[in-house]
Amino acid sequence: MTDCRKLLLNFESTLASIDAAELIVERMAQISGFDEDQVYQIGMGVRETMVNAICHGNQLGSAKTVSFDASIDENCMQVIVTDQGEGFDQSQVADPLEEEQLMRGSGRGLLIVRAFFDEVEVGPGSGSGTRVRLVKYCAQGA
Amino acid sequence: MSLSTEVRQVNGVSIVDMAGRIVLGEETGKVRSTIRGLLEGGATKVIINLGGVSYIDSSGLGELVSAYSTAQRSGCVVKLLNVQAKVQDLLQITKLYTVFESHTDEAEAVASF
Repeated sequence: MTDCRKLLLNFESTLASIDAAELIVERMAQISGFDEDQVYQIGMGVRETMVNAICHGNQLGSAKTVSFDASIDENCMQVIVTDQGEGFDQSQVADPLEEEQLMRGSGRGLLIVRAFFDEVEVGPGSGSGTRVRLVKYCAQGA
Repeated sequence: MSLSTEVRQVNGVSIVDMAGRIVLGEETGKVRSTIRGLLEGGATKVIINLGGVSYIDSSGLGELVSAYSTAQRSGCVVKLLNVQAKVQDLLQITKLYTVFESHTDEAEAVASF
């Protein structure tokens, strides 16, 4: 991986945007030299982050968008996803690995994101929403 | 790739062959409606064959958990068959391997009820 590639997009709050973001980062990762497993992990992690932004953050609101900033340089891929929702308190989110949470039908997305990316930062966006920053190092740069 | 589901009966066990991706949207809805249909038909032993499923997101995992719980409440046992490597990794990450009984051989899975 030698040059830097950067992509800035605003996605509508639709399920189609989730598929689109996943395809975009997978393609960016493929052409930049990430291996097959890394491409899968990047795609899945971005999918989960977009699901959280669009479904939980923006609640599929047609007037709200998701800001998407993806970049790759010689060391890593970085993706920043920012929604326009009400934000959330991470300390109030139940641990999906706790025994009493295992049978829940949801709440595992961020766990998977943390497993698949090297750095995950979750915090407030510039407005009321949530900003998630993901970094995945390429094998040579890890 | 969308999700396809086919149901067949083997020795009193309903086997659901799934192929494609199980992700949020139509695909998770298809899993839900397929399991609901089996329960409404009186099924008590169900095997979900994931041999053709190489990709599941957290919503898909959640749908499988919900299917398991709903079936259990109806007196039905749900087991998994032919879980692919990437899906197995997700079951490990989420600890759901402790919830689902999983088999790699269909005859063995059918005989396990």
